[in-house]
Order: sequence, then structure tokens, then C-alpha cells
Amino acid sequence: MSQHVIPQKVYYLVFVTLILLTLVTVDVAFYNFGFLNIYIAMGIATVKATIVALYFMHLRYNSRLTWLFAGAGILWLFIMFVLTIADYITR
Amino acid sequence: MCIRRRRTRLSHNSDTAVGHAHHFTDMDQQREASTLGMWTFLVTEIMFFGGLFVAYALYRSMYPDAFAEASLRLNLVLGAVNTGVLICSSLTMVLAVRDAQMGKVKGLVRYLIATIVLGSAFLVIKAFEYSHKIHEHLIPGSSFQFAGPFGQQAEMFFSLYFMMTGLHAIHMIIGIGVLSVLLYQAKRGRFRAEYYSPIDVAGLYWHFVDVVWIYLFPLLYLVSRH
Amino acid sequence: MSNTVHHSVVDRENDYIHAGYGLKSWLLTVDHKRIAILYLISITVFFFVGGFFAFLLRLELMTPAGDIVSAETYNKLFTMHGVVMIFFFLIPSIPAVLGNFLVPLMIGAKDLAFPKLNLMSWYVYNIGGIFALYALVNGGVDTGWTFYTPYSSTYSLSNVVPVVIGAFILGFSSILTALNFIVTIHKMRAPGLTWFKLPLFIWASYATSIITVLATPVIAITLCLLLFERLMGVGIFDPALGGDPILFQHLFWFYSHPAVYIMIIPSMGVISEVVTCFARKRIFGYKFMAYAIMAIAIFGFLVWGHHMFISGQSVYAGFVFSALSFMVAIPSAIKVFNWTATLYKGHIEFRTPILYAFGFIGLFTIGGLTGLFLASLATDVHLTDTYFVVAHFHYIMVGGAVMGYLGGIHFWWPKMTGRMYNEAWAKFSALILFVGFNLTFFPQFVLGYLGMPRRYYIYPDEFQVLNVLSTAGATILGLGYIIPMVYLLWSLRKEKTVGTNPWGATGLEWTTQSPPITHNFEKTPVVTGEPYVYQEEEDKVVA
Repeated sequence: MSQHVIPQKVYYLVFVTLILLTLVTVDVAFYNFGFLNIYIAMGIATVKATIVALYFMHLRYNSRLTWLFAGAGILWLFIMFVLTIADYITR
Repeated sequence: MCIRRRRTRLSHNSDTAVGHAHHFTDMDQQREASTLGMWTFLVTEIMFFGGLFVAYALYRSMYPDAFAEASLRLNLVLGAVNTGVLICSSLTMVLAVRDAQMGKVKGLVRYLIATIVLGSAFLVIKAFEYSHKIHEHLIPGSSFQFAGPFGQQAEMFFSLYFMMTGLHAIHMIIGIGVLSVLLYQAKRGRFRAEYYSPIDVAGLYWHFVDVVWIYLFPLLYLVSRH
Repeated sequence: MSNTVHHSVVDRENDYIHAGYGLKSWLLTVDHKRIAILYLISITVFFFVGGFFAFLLRLELMTPAGDIVSAETYNKLFTMHGVVMIFFFLIPSIPAVLGNFLVPLMIGAKDLAFPKLNLMSWYVYNIGGIFALYALVNGGVDTGWTFYTPYSSTYSLSNVVPVVIGAFILGFSSILTALNFIVTIHKMRAPGLTWFKLPLFIWASYATSIITVLATPVIAITLCLLLFERLMGVGIFDPALGGDPILFQHLFWFYSHPAVYIMIIPSMGVISEVVTCFARKRIFGYKFMAYAIMAIAIFGFLVWGHHMFISGQSVYAGFVFSALSFMVAIPSAIKVFNWTATLYKGHIEFRTPILYAFGFIGLFTIGGLTGLFLASLATDVHLTDTYFVVAHFHYIMVGGAVMGYLGGIHFWWPKMTGRMYNEAWAKFSALILFVGFNLTFFPQFVLGYLGMPRRYYIYPDEFQVLNVLSTAGATILGLGYIIPMVYLLWSLRKEKTVGTNPWGATGLEWTTQSPPITHNFEKTPVVTGEPYVYQEEEDKVVA
């Protein structure tokens, strides 16, 4: 539940991880992995976003209902992406 | 600090029984409702930014070279620093929420001020970047200039750049406005350990805006730095 | 029932209408029931504005030549008809009026979760409306309600900007209402009221709110991009900059197809309540009905490409969207079959609301089945942009959504006002609505099949007979909308005579006095039984 008080240490740890991942994503961008570039960048961003959601936004301590809502947002974004892009790649 | 916390709690114990709004049955119901309301709102935000992300994905896959070239005109140092500033502001925000949970009004006020200052710093840096772009004629429209074979498609990149970062900046401004109101209320002692939902909910919004930037930064600044 | 009449007379001044006097008590109210009444007034105004445009359109189409309005004016008329009817009437109609009034009552809550946001949504609605009316007075807009690029972004010389801003603002109003419903239904149900004890109107409101929350932001960003493109040369949809106008259509229909379900699903909720009440039977297949509503809401997001078969979309995408579109027929059919099964062997009481329900079931079936013609790739190529399409979506939106809305208004009018309208007039107008509607739109199926394109102010001579029939029907239809206005307002002059539960219906909203008190219930109700226990009551009487 959201009234659950989390130790400050956890927040600082998350903060350090986020800063480190930012440095990693900048550093990695200077190497050429071909078509993998975008996937690596998005992968790191997704890890960062997940950490923010789980700890800063307390998703980890929230009810299943909140998970459902967050999941629905992502699923519907996915639907919009897939069906729109499917049109363009099959033209 | 420990003593003060206990005192805050004790002093408010008397009026918590009637603390919730009339149409809720208790404090828990009210808090759960506002949290769920904010998450629902964040779902709309995901879809709102989502439309732009679809457009970005489409045009980047259509014009990879132009996007790579145009992206190099963005200032990577300022972008990275701003990412750091925003992450710091998320940390101060979450600490503000934590102090609110424990009823530490002083800490809450301090962290809210820090968050507002960091958010404003982000916007100032963003404004510097924008003014550089104006200087370099990179604003889409009739005055747009981009040397090389990718002129038009680079304009598409900058259209997306300004729409995405502009919308993000508007969200930041709204967030700072909300936090300022909460700061004023916090100073006047509106929040306590039993009632801090507005802080909690504003925190969710603030972190979401941070998450959007976490994606915008690599998509716009790191297209091709090798 | 007699003692409930007595009860309501005693509590005469103790209801939400008499909770405060003066304009201020209404304009600053946070009572969901009063906000519903505010919405009812705003929406009715826009309905008649939109209807007036439709009247002018049908008048022009009486003759093959263009003799009443110019081509430009005609374009503006059908655009404003579409914009006003869709954005300002159909989308908010049932959720904002009936939903606002009934959702807390039906779940045994004192109010919606966020009463101030609820009031704000009404103001936001009206601010959006002011932008649209400004555009109207300033010369109108001619892009069609779909605002397709590049016409809307580059070529149109009309008031695209204020209308788009109006539609953008309106989106926030829908989102606020939907958010309120979602949280209220999740968190504020009365003790014992589990999900599968909820009335189907609540399921419908919930499904509609979910669609609104997921789809509306996409139209908001799309209209935003359109505005920036028109005003500042930001070229997301501009082919000159490598942009793709079809992307606009994708994003537009990602909202606007689900928006059709925002209009029709609430009506399905109303019809479920009405059918089970007047058939005096439990709803057939309650769980299937609830699941079908959710299925329609979800499938509705997967089919938007069927509006774009001839737009230049890829053939494969067309194929996928076509196949997915057929899926929506399954839950829709489940609903129609279950309503029919509910009516079967019921003790049907022919009161006004069920006449609207009959109208809904028949017209929605025709509208739905003709949708299958349009979902098929090959027939759609022939029928695209003809009157067949116009007829099809009017069968859904007017025959379905508006019938449901009026049926709901008639069903809950005694609860909202404490008065009963004149039954004879009400039945008469329900009847002429049905006749007028079919006479207006059935000929348009034929016209479309014969190849008459939509959005033209002139047409070849051989189409005149069918067009005259359609215009004649529209006149009757218009009358069918004006008569209820008169007798419903007239009923307000009468004494309050209805009791708590004039129809003998189940549901928590019928356990409190009519009109309800400000906090809805004297005591928070506790729910123990299933919904729609009509049959048991009947059995008890027999025994």
C-alpha cells in the first residue's frame, strides 16, 4: 500500500542506479552496433522507467489493480504501435 | 526528529475521525480513490505521448540518415545534464512524499522547494537549448535552414523534437505549478501523516514526466553519436 | 406503492432539487445529480443546433439542383452537423446525463469520487462549446467532422482552428467524467455489491469510461499536431516534408472508431435495464452480457483500419482490419440474442421506455448487419463514401444511441424529477420517431447502393424520389424530437405523483425517494442479492 514508508536507502540506491544507467546509455551511444543501437538505447530506457515506476511510484507496493491499469496503458500503446506500423511495413 | 514526529501525530489524532470528505466512508477509501484516479490519468498521458512516439518511430524508420544527421545538431552535454537534473528532482520528490507520509512538515517543505528548483533548472536549460535552435534556424517553418541533402526530412526531425520536448516542458510547468500550490498548503500545515494524498498523487505525476524524458533523451539526443 | 407515494409527499422539500435555490446554487453545485441536469440542458441545446443543420441539409437535398445553399455552405452544414452531433451530443449524452445521475445511485454511493472534477468537466464542456459556436458564427468550418489532412492543415480557408481547439478541450471533459466513473465504480460500491451483482448499466458505463480514457488522449495529440501544422508549419502530416497524411487517419480513427462504442455501449446498458424491467424477467445470460460489453470495448480498438480501406493503406493491413472487424459482430450478436431471450415469454408491459428499447434492438441490428457489408474489403470499395455508409452509421448512432438515450430519459425521468410524463403523447412520439427514422435512412441504403456519393449538394435526377422520401422522413423525425421536449417540460408543471419506484424495477436507484435527497440514501444500502430478481417476485405472487 502507498502508506508503507520505504527506507531512504532504497531511494538513494535507485537514484544512483538511474544516474549510472544514464551514463551507460550515453557511453554506449558512441559505439556502433548497427541496427541494435536503438534496441539497446530503448532497453536501457525501459529498465530506468521500470525502476522509477516500481520504487519512486511505489508500483511494487501497490495493489494488483494499479498494476492492471499501468499494464493496460502499455498494452494499448503497443496495440496502437503494432497495427499502425503493420500498415507501413506491408505497403 | 523522532520526538517531533510523535508530537505531530499526537496533535492530529483528535480530528482524523472526521478528516475524510463527506462522500467517502473513511480515509483509506479516499486515499485509494485518489491514487487510482491519478494512475488512470497517467494512462491517458501514456496514450497522449504515445501518438507522438508512433509518429517518431514511423519517420525515424523511414528516414534513418536524416534523423542521424539532424540529431547531431542537438547539444548532448545539455541533454545529459538535464537528464541528471530531472532524476535528482525525482529523488527529492520521492523524499518529499516520504516525509509527508511520516508527517514531517519541515522536511516536506524543504524537499518540495528542492523539487521546484530542480524542475525550474531543467526548464532554464531547455530554454537555452531552444534559443540556440532559433539562432541556428532550426525552428520548423518558413525560416528553417538545414544544409545538406536531408533538409526536408531534418525539418521533420525538428518538428518532432519541438513537439515532444515542448509538450514535456508544458507538463513540467504544470507540475511546478501544482507543487507550488502544495508547498503553500504544506507551509500552512494542511498535510499530516494521516492526510497527504495530494503530495502522493503529485509525486506520481512528477515521476511520470520524468519517465517520459527518460525515453525522449535517447530517442532525440542519441540517435547516432558514433 | 401507495405508501411510497405518501412518503414522497412528506419529503417534498427534502430532495436535491430543493437543496438550494438560485442560479449560484446550481452553477457551483458538486452534487452529481444537479450536474447531470446541467449537462442535460447543455446537451439538449447542442442537439437542437445539430438537428437544425440536418434539417437544412435534407431541405437542400429535396431537389437535384443546388437551390437553397451554395456548395461551400453545404460543406459547412454537414461538417457542423457532424461536429456538433458527435462531439457535443452523442459522446457526452448518456454518460454525462444519465451516467452522472445514476452511477452513484446504482452503486449505493453518496456521490462520484471527485465531485469538483465532475463540475469542472461541465465547465470544460461548455468552454469547448463556446469555441465551436464561435467558429459557427464566424463562418463555419468545411473539412468534414474528420478533419482529414492535408485539407484541414493546408487548403481549407474556413475556421478549422477554433473548431479543433473546441474538440480538443471537449476531450478533457470526457476524460474527467470517465476517470470519475472508473474510480467511483472501483472504490465506492456499497457493501456487498460485487462486480457480478452490478446492474448492466454500470458495466456499460465502466466499459465506456475505459474506452474514453484509452482513446481520447490520442485524438487530443492528433488535433494538437494538426493545429501546430496549420499554424506554425510543423509538418508531421505534410507530404512536402516527408510526412504522411495517412498517419493522421490512423491516429484519428484510433480514437474515432472506439468513439462509436463510446456512443453505443451506454445505450446498450440502458436497454438492458429497460428490457429486463418491462419483461418482468431476469436478464438472460447476465455474465455473458457483462463480458460482451467488455469484449466490444476491447475489440473496438482493433478495427480502426476499416475506415481506411481505400486510403492507400496496405492491402495486408486492410485484410487484417477487415477480419478483426467481423469479430465485433460476435459480442454484439450475443447482446441482441440475450435481449430477445429476455423478452421471450416475458410478461411484457408496453410502456414508453420499452418501445424505445424495441426500436433500439431492431435498428441496431440493421445498423450492425450493414456494418458487415462495409467491413468486407470488396463490397466496401463499391460502398465507400456513398449514402450506404451514411445510412449505416445513422442506424447505429441515431437508431441505436439516440433511441437508447431517449429510452433512458423516459425510464428515469420519474426518478430525476418526481413527475410522470403523459404516457399517450410519449408512446405516440416514440412511434413516429421509429417511423420517421426508417423513412429517413432506409432510402439512403438504396441510394448508396445505387452509387449516390455523400457530401454533395447536387445529384442526378434519378435519385430524387428516394431523396424526397428521406427528407419527408426527416421532417417526421424532427417532430418526434420536438414532442418529447414539450411533454417532458410540461410534466414539470404537474404535482409530484410518482413514488419511489413507479415501474416496480429492481436496482438501488429505485430504493430511494424520487427525486433523491442530496446524499442519495438515508443510510448506505447493503446489497445481498443478485441483480434483476424480477422472476422471483412474480413466482412469489403466483405462489
